[in-house]
Amino acid sequence: MSSAPVITATDVTKRYGDFTALAGVSIHVDTGECLAILGPNGAGKTTLTEILEGYRQRDGGQASVLGVDPNKPTGAWKAKLGIVLQNATDMADLTVSETIKHFARYYPNPADPDQVMAAVGLTEKANSRNGKLSGGQRRRLDVALGIIGNPEVLFLDEPTTGFDPEARREFWVLIDRLKSNGTTILLTTHYLDEAQYLADRVAVIARGRIVAQGAPDSIGNRGDAIVTWTEAGREQAQSTTTPTAFVEELSSRFAGEIPHLAIRRASLEDAYLELIAQDRQTNGGDAA
Amino acid sequence: MNTLRMGLGRVGIELKQFFRDKESAVFNFLLPMILLVIFGSVFGGQELGDSGITFSQYFVAGMIASGILYTSFQNLAISIPMEREDGTLKRLQATPMPRAAFFIGKIGMVFVAYVAQVTILIAVGVLFFGIDLPTTSFAIFTFVWVSVLGLIAWTLLGIAYSVVPKQGRGAAALVSPVVLVLQFTSGVFFVFSDLPQWMQNFASLFPLKWLTQAMRSVFLPDTAAAMEVNGSFELGLTALVLVIWIILGAILATVFFRWTPRGKS
Repeated sequence: MSSAPVITATDVTKRYGDFTALAGVSIHVDTGECLAILGPNGAGKTTLTEILEGYRQRDGGQASVLGVDPNKPTGAWKAKLGIVLQNATDMADLTVSETIKHFARYYPNPADPDQVMAAVGLTEKANSRNGKLSGGQRRRLDVALGIIGNPEVLFLDEPTTGFDPEARREFWVLIDRLKSNGTTILLTTHYLDEAQYLADRVAVIARGRIVAQGAPDSIGNRGDAIVTWTEAGREQAQSTTTPTAFVEELSSRFAGEIPHLAIRRASLEDAYLELIAQDRQTNGGDAA
Repeated sequence: MNTLRMGLGRVGIELKQFFRDKESAVFNFLLPMILLVIFGSVFGGQELGDSGITFSQYFVAGMIASGILYTSFQNLAISIPMEREDGTLKRLQATPMPRAAFFIGKIGMVFVAYVAQVTILIAVGVLFFGIDLPTTSFAIFTFVWVSVLGLIAWTLLGIAYSVVPKQGRGAAALVSPVVLVLQFTSGVFFVFSDLPQWMQNFASLFPLKWLTQAMRSVFLPDTAAAMEVNGSFELGLTALVLVIWIILGAILATVFFRWTPRGKS
């Protein structure tokens, strides 16, 4: 299933003055794969993404996107990328249809603007000014502009921030459809359920370092079970690899039923929070 | 070829945004008309000395020269910082659009906006203030080359000056004082030869003074040359000053223009 990587970064470093934004980051994304980059604010997600998009120059390490060094972008290379920016509010006075049709002119093999508009669910808003769109609609326009050039690689930087749950679901379906057409996707997000739904693999970044990388179901301690119950008037929780034995032992402490007993698999969020907490403990000394 | 095609496509997009943005439409496009109506109504009939020239006739030349400044310099020096802030420039950078196409779009927008503005200005002047139009082909030729050189110089300077405002918000506050000072010192609102010597010398360093003077050669009778400081409209010197400013503007724009906000590399 895995083929040649479309995106690779090897030991990429970036400093802003005294602040180390990336301290040697290595990732790869294979053809048709979706990699989600997770991490707290300021961890380096956007810096890494913008280095790969060609917006920022890295200080050290190697990077390649579709065989090209992002520090040396060409027009032909840009034509194969789709970039969905964070918090764009540009072109407020143009209509949705004008904007999408205009951007189609920049690409050698553009998608049909009407089809793209339908794919992102903005057909009814075709003649609305961009500045009058809701937050969710505006992001869908950004996605439309990201995919109008039929990109081979799509960068999504926190695409669903500010969405209501229904809009987020619709957005996921849209991205899933692009993925099934073979588009390679690099996603940064704060939403663990989003990464769980869309990503084939996730990379957790903290303080400019990758602290874990792998399939969403295997990352960190996701094999663990989490047992919760009530004891001494408080909710207790225990993460364990042997839940059956643990519950057996637990039941011996109670006369009958264990109050409020529940056992569940660790979620991606549990695994993520644990990874970030571990990183804080081990590197806490140099905390800002 | 591709660059030109995309650039022309951008002219249309730029014009739509220029006219649909109410602030820009009023501030950069309608302002000279508004000023002409106000000044024309208050002082219009007054004669300048015993020259037989009305203030309206003198003022319309200054307003057309100012129109060059409004549609190019003021427009770009305010709108580009906003586009740098709201993501327009960042988005364009990520597309395969050649960067030259962006500048073709800006220049095309400036020229179309100026032609429309001058047409309306002259129509208002003729209909309400009895402005006499130039009749000789020499005057019309002068009008065309002065407009073209002036637009190119001020477009380049607007692109260069767009790095001065750090933020889109508040850009106007850093741009309009420059425009106003140049207008007051260059003979737009006052008769240039009435200004103090030092003010005349100051204004002579910048292109607006030469544009207003050249526009007076177009709209005032030949006899009015005697009212100029040096007794002549100095068209040759005007061309020279404008070409120098075009070269300077091109250098400044090339060296200083940035696609990203300051503080982000």
